[in-house]
Amino acid sequence: MSRQIEEKLLFELDHPGRNGASLPKCDVPEVSFADAFGPLARKEEPVALPELSEVDVIRHFTRLSACNYSVDLGLYPLGSCTMKYNPKINEAVCRYEGLSGVHPLQDEATAQGALELMHALQESLCAISGMDACTLQPAAGAHGEFTGMQLIRAYHEAKGNPRKIVLIPDSAHGTNPASAHFAGYAVEEFKSGADGCVDVEALKARMNEEVAAIMLTVPNTLGIFEKNIKAVCEILHAKGGQVYIDGANLNALMGVTRPGDWGADVMHINLHKTFSTPHGGGGPGAGPVACKAHLEPFLPVPIVVKKEERYSFDYERPMSIGKVQGFYGNFLVLARALAYIETMGAEGLKSASELAVLNANYLRAKLTGKLELGFDGPTLHEVVFCDKGMPNGVTTMDFAKRLIDYGFHPPTVYFPLIVHGAIMIEPTETEPKEEMDRFVEAVEKIVAEARETPDLVKKAPHEAYRKRLDEVAAARNPRLVWKR
Amino acid sequence: MNIPSGLRYTKTHEWVKIEGQTGTVGVSDFAQHELGDIVFVEAPQPGDGVTAGAQMGTVESVKAVSELNCPISGTVAETNEALADHPEYLNQDPYGAGWIVKVTLSDAKEAEGLMDAQAYAKYVAESGH
Repeated sequence: MSRQIEEKLLFELDHPGRNGASLPKCDVPEVSFADAFGPLARKEEPVALPELSEVDVIRHFTRLSACNYSVDLGLYPLGSCTMKYNPKINEAVCRYEGLSGVHPLQDEATAQGALELMHALQESLCAISGMDACTLQPAAGAHGEFTGMQLIRAYHEAKGNPRKIVLIPDSAHGTNPASAHFAGYAVEEFKSGADGCVDVEALKARMNEEVAAIMLTVPNTLGIFEKNIKAVCEILHAKGGQVYIDGANLNALMGVTRPGDWGADVMHINLHKTFSTPHGGGGPGAGPVACKAHLEPFLPVPIVVKKEERYSFDYERPMSIGKVQGFYGNFLVLARALAYIETMGAEGLKSASELAVLNANYLRAKLTGKLELGFDGPTLHEVVFCDKGMPNGVTTMDFAKRLIDYGFHPPTVYFPLIVHGAIMIEPTETEPKEEMDRFVEAVEKIVAEARETPDLVKKAPHEAYRKRLDEVAAARNPRLVWKR
Repeated sequence: MNIPSGLRYTKTHEWVKIEGQTGTVGVSDFAQHELGDIVFVEAPQPGDGVTAGAQMGTVESVKAVSELNCPISGTVAETNEALADHPEYLNQDPYGAGWIVKVTLSDAKEAEGLMDAQAYAKYVAESGH
């Protein structure tokens, strides 16, 4: 894994006069920008882009890609992120010319297949979540949260009072408070009970008509299913509040239980987690929002509807909160997700969730005794350990860095905040047992190293392309722009 | 762990030093140790009103972003400008160079409801760390 090549930036590889294309000689008279565009023409010098050949650029990015770690290389146990393997059939499907070549402004009559795809995905997500309606527009999980909170605000406003407060347990996803705040609500943190679940009596005492909603991540970031969820929904509804479910951990639930059946009003679904579309890397995500019928009038425009075997975009939605994304969302991400749902089928999705829970509990059983559990109760698709008992001043961060030397992406660390030095592990259903055993072996070795040769752990990684990075200096004095 | 006497402490690990009508506010040694290397401090500006127990800013460390609550109510008189370039003062000297704001108190007696050093030491010990 260790590489000695120092990869320069493209700007540093600049070779004036070189380029990647040979154009024929210009056979029309040249026109200056200033003459053609007058005051609109830029006056400044052209942007100093690096001059490189095609092979320079391809080799640069290929070398960089070889420094990368991905789920195609091995276990990627980043808790709460559901880094499952992305089946390659998804990629084949979204490259179909009829999907990749369709134009968003094309006449609906000539894009019936694309609309049918979106309609089918809306229907599938409603069936999986137990909801009545769905928008595919939001481009990410937090974007979905914000959209969902806007639906709740619009709903309360339509009833005459937008209300003021959103309750969020301390075991929720970190983005929840930001989404509620952005939707104009005051966020109130709600302490979890000793079992990591909502304290129902405390919630009952706190609930009143100022509270617009509660945002719950189920299962929460401890991997614990919110056993009081029905009571929570009843308490909120009794005072006219709404229940928002953060669906980031839906991978633990598919085909087993549905938020809509618990009484939840609205949720977002991370297609790039549960439904095997690519995560980030700068690429687009998708965070569709599904809701109950009473929130449906407020969904963003347009929604894909089916009338007499024809699909169309419905813009006639006077109560809509408006658009939340250009056109119809990240269409090819939606295509990948539907490919996954269709290839898995209902039974396949259910067994994916069951295996995700089984894998996490396998790792939990194997690692207990080597690491200390953060909470004792039963957990679903992920498990959180803490830094208690780590010897010789070895920290969670040291432990995570040392895992890199053993060829693994580290788990999520220091989150959730309610577990000291949290190590949050989510293997997902796509890990074979041998890969998990290899991980367990690595953890065992690191625990032994922490006892016997702590410096080896504290100074890790040793085998990576970059050694221990000074994250403090990077955060305190970030250099975000390359300067000549 | 350093818990100087003469200061008052909150359950959310802020301290306040009362001198006449002014309260100087920062985070405790325990807090800076738990947060780890602090990289950014967001504090209210002079003239801003602050309320006891309510959030007045954030402290960002390599590990996490945490709420900064104000121990006492009043109006911000002075903000520690040095923290913009030197957030590490919170780690190095939490009770000295790492002070965050000075507040003109609306009620000089309000701080008496907070923990003294002895009570805070007991609180930290009991919270299981």
